[in-house]
Amino acid sequence: MLRLVNLELQKLLLSRTNIILIFISFILPFTVLILSSIKINFFGFFTMELGELGIFNFPIIWHITTFFASYFKFFFAIVVVSMIGNEYSNKTIKQNLIDGLSKKEFILSKFYTIIFFSLVATVLIAVASFFIGLYYSSYTEASIIFRETEFLLAYFIKLVGFFTLCLFFAMLLKRSAFALAFLFVLYIVEWLIYWGAYNILGSSEAAFKVKGFLPLESMYNLIDQPFQRLMITKFPDKADLAYDYAVHWYEIAIVLAWIAILVFLSLKLLKKRDL
Amino acid sequence: METILNINNLTKKFGYLTAVNNLSFTINKGNVYGILGPNGSGKSTTLGIVLNVVNKTSGDFSWFGGSTSTHDALKKVGAIIERPNFYPYMTAYQNLKLVCKIKGVDYSKIDEKLELVKLLDRRDSKFQTFSLGMKQRLAIASALLNDPEILILDEPTNGLDPQGIHQIRSLIQLIASQGTTVLLASHLLDEVEKVCSHVVVLSKGKKLYSGRVDEMISSHGFLELKAENTIKLQQFLETEKVFGEIKVEGDLITAFLDEPMDAKTVNKLLFENGIILTHLVKRKESLEEQFLQLTDNN
Repeated sequence: MLRLVNLELQKLLLSRTNIILIFISFILPFTVLILSSIKINFFGFFTMELGELGIFNFPIIWHITTFFASYFKFFFAIVVVSMIGNEYSNKTIKQNLIDGLSKKEFILSKFYTIIFFSLVATVLIAVASFFIGLYYSSYTEASIIFRETEFLLAYFIKLVGFFTLCLFFAMLLKRSAFALAFLFVLYIVEWLIYWGAYNILGSSEAAFKVKGFLPLESMYNLIDQPFQRLMITKFPDKADLAYDYAVHWYEIAIVLAWIAILVFLSLKLLKKRDL
Repeated sequence: METILNINNLTKKFGYLTAVNNLSFTINKGNVYGILGPNGSGKSTTLGIVLNVVNKTSGDFSWFGGSTSTHDALKKVGAIIERPNFYPYMTAYQNLKLVCKIKGVDYSKIDEKLELVKLLDRRDSKFQTFSLGMKQRLAIASALLNDPEILILDEPTNGLDPQGIHQIRSLIQLIASQGTTVLLASHLLDEVEKVCSHVVVLSKGKKLYSGRVDEMISSHGFLELKAENTIKLQQFLETEKVFGEIKVEGDLITAFLDEPMDAKTVNKLLFENGIILTHLVKRKESLEEQFLQLTDNN
């Protein structure tokens, strides 16, 4: 397994484009997080400090940072898609197989690399959130700090799921740009399915349940939007805004199932294909 | 003799097109094999199948007597097919390092093989800056990294200039002289003739011949003759049983031998019958003539 990750890392890290993209996808959310945590003084008129809004309080900070950081996954998605696309356009996939890499090892080396980078991203966010939280949070008891750290697990699964989807599209279409375009197509298709389900089932709640089984929606569901929750904490009287923002085991299970299906299909595809 | 590759009734269909048709042959250790055939005769497809990048339709093949799985066997094989495929943004050294990681070979081999193909001074140049000849030599270095039991080359001189062709051929001969089995696919007949000891001839996916190059046609060769009296010579040759077909082009007579006979005996025979030759050459058909003869008959 280490050998396969090592192999893929060499392919990735010697290319300047990839380094820039990896840098953006990991360092940018980190910097944004740190920037938003410092006190910004607008020319002496007023100071803005997001920390005072309470968004850096434990345990809500886990929810907020993972939600926003997950938007930066698109940069690494480009890396994932191009690491397959380039293998096809350079025909190095063929040479790799001739040199004695099995088709299974080829897919696994990509998949393990996805896990590796998702893990790095999760650890970075965890560490950053932890220290910013320690600095700003009004509560610093261990029991409160480590409450809701399941958002980190959800974040990790979300990244792995999304990148595995990219991997599958890239394997299917062989070209990076098409694969990225297909993500957008899938997004539209999921809304079409929602619309279809709405017409059949008659309620948007039921239709969303159907959509929740689809790849993109199931990944989005892992970490629900935190805005409503912020409102509730600010204005406790607005109880009608209450919603279920927790990470549920079945949400994780659906995404895990998708990951397994997508890796399996990628492998099946490569095995069937004549290169 | 130790068997390296055994192919048995291999067939590959692309839709309606049968690229490889019921092909069987065996590759033994220590010989230089050529796979000869016109473009589209199934050479690359056959190699693709045994190298695990093309799926077979039916039949089977086994490496090293069938004791190992194909992808493990490929670690003992060095192969390049069609064009040299490397990562353009990596240097020669980095590319070979990656191959070492795949094959599980020590990095110390890299400089040794770069030296062999005379690319050591360019080890830190990016692959995209290489000329085609250099790319091809890098590919050979990469294929040799694991000191393979067999080196498979698919049209290694395709697209090279005469100098590059010469470099690659002498490299192949050097490698073969060190005892590595070589399998060379080519549509260039003189290339196969110069380099190979055994040949498999393919046409439209079918095997036409497999065996030693010099035994490819059981012919005794032919004579090219000229004499002052061409008509008398022709008449004499037609009466002799030893000669088969006789062709006349101007004053040059080509006589095919049905039985073995050396030039000295022919000369003596004709002189005793009062014919004085001005020109006498005994030749065997070149591989090209043999090849065309083979492919024409099928």
